[in-house]
Amino acid sequence: MTNLLPAAFDWFPLTLSLKVAFLATVLALVAGVLLGWLFARKPFPGSSLVESVFMLPLVLPPTVIGYAILVAAGRRSPLGAWLREHLDYTLIFNWHGAVVASAVVALPLVLKSASAAFAGIDRSLEAAASTLRQSRWSVFLRVTLPLAWPGILAGTLLAFARAMGEFGASLMVAGSIPDRTQTLSMAIYDAVQAGENDLALVLVIVTSVLSVVILAVSNRYLSLR
Amino acid sequence: MRRSRIASLLFALALPLSASAAELTVSAAASLTNAFKEVAAQFEKAQPGATVRLNFAASGTLLQQMAEGAPVDVFASADQATMDKAASQNLIDAATRRDFAANSLVLITPVQDGPAIASLQDLAGDPVKRIAVGKVATVPVGRYTQQALESARLWSALEPKFVQADSVRQVLDYVSRGEVDAGFVYRTDAAVMQDKVKIALTATGHTPVTYPVAVLRESGQKDLAVKFVDFLGGAAAQEVLGRYGFGKP
Repeated sequence: MTNLLPAAFDWFPLTLSLKVAFLATVLALVAGVLLGWLFARKPFPGSSLVESVFMLPLVLPPTVIGYAILVAAGRRSPLGAWLREHLDYTLIFNWHGAVVASAVVALPLVLKSASAAFAGIDRSLEAAASTLRQSRWSVFLRVTLPLAWPGILAGTLLAFARAMGEFGASLMVAGSIPDRTQTLSMAIYDAVQAGENDLALVLVIVTSVLSVVILAVSNRYLSLR
Repeated sequence: MRRSRIASLLFALALPLSASAAELTVSAAASLTNAFKEVAAQFEKAQPGATVRLNFAASGTLLQQMAEGAPVDVFASADQATMDKAASQNLIDAATRRDFAANSLVLITPVQDGPAIASLQDLAGDPVKRIAVGKVATVPVGRYTQQALESARLWSALEPKFVQADSVRQVLDYVSRGEVDAGFVYRTDAAVMQDKVKIALTATGHTPVTYPVAVLRESGQKDLAVKFVDFLGGAAAQEVLGRYGFGKP
């Protein structure tokens, strides 16, 4: 094993992948819980249509997501131009772009499980809490969220796994710039294209081991509840 | 009744297979995309019954595909180095190898809001934040770019600004969309998107850009493949290549 990892092994793609997946999962978690609660508890006319739009990244090819982000935040887009002019900030060819792409792709997984979890809660428990002079916010934090948590957590772990494996949309938005935006999946793609099969093999093993560990830990955690 | 229907269905499914008897697969460098589509159409006219399937990508990517056993009959590369590798891996029939076109390396900027660039040194300036270059490992234009910038002693200084692209056409795409401030492509690529990119300068200090072509050793269509290689050197194909801006080798 010590021979397998060359002395000059570049850990950057791995750490970047973990960083991107973690931040994307946090974004997807916050947005997914809020939207899931909204769709489960406060349906409005056309809300199922809006929910379907948020679920689209699960169905559409990642290239479509990548293209959509390029159109929405590219340098020539109104948003991209504004960010560049006022904040001197560009999302494209920046690792933040990979975070956004991964979050969009991972969002449906949190959203769906959160929405199902909220829908499955016994409303009388919340009603009981409300009678104990709890504010609505406090009821949400102390009763609703804990009851829905197992479902949300399961969705979040799936979202993290999906974000770790993100490739297509991130490649289009962030590019594959070594030591800046190159994630693990992009490093493998580049290594295979360049015929560096040894490097590709090492990276594949690293990814596989890491994924098995993440899945095993999450399975164990989930089955304990 | 039903059996005959199934039989005719099977027959219909088998048709494309039998038609492939005179099918030629040509893997060509991305910069040849527009010209080769026209050349292939002319070749098909000159060889009734022959169908040319074109496969475009960076030359290094094409080499990798062939090394993994992709069923290719003709390989046209954008540099000699990639063809040399194909030869050393025993993939091509060396006797059929010849140069059929030439090109030059240019620096392009977006027409809309592009920075003013008069020399390679200007790339080091502040208005230029990002420069698209082909990946050195697989994309010939990336290696020509590296040679040109190393001759100008700028390669390592500019490295933090580089955005690596999978092929010369991706460099062109990045510049045309204005996502990067400059990029290195071939003169013929810049001509394809004249409305969106402009040529700032022609680079020097790199090995000449010449395109070699060869028949694959494992080709199942050797005769037709040799005809295609000959056709590339002929007047009709050279006229098409010239029209797209390629020079004679």
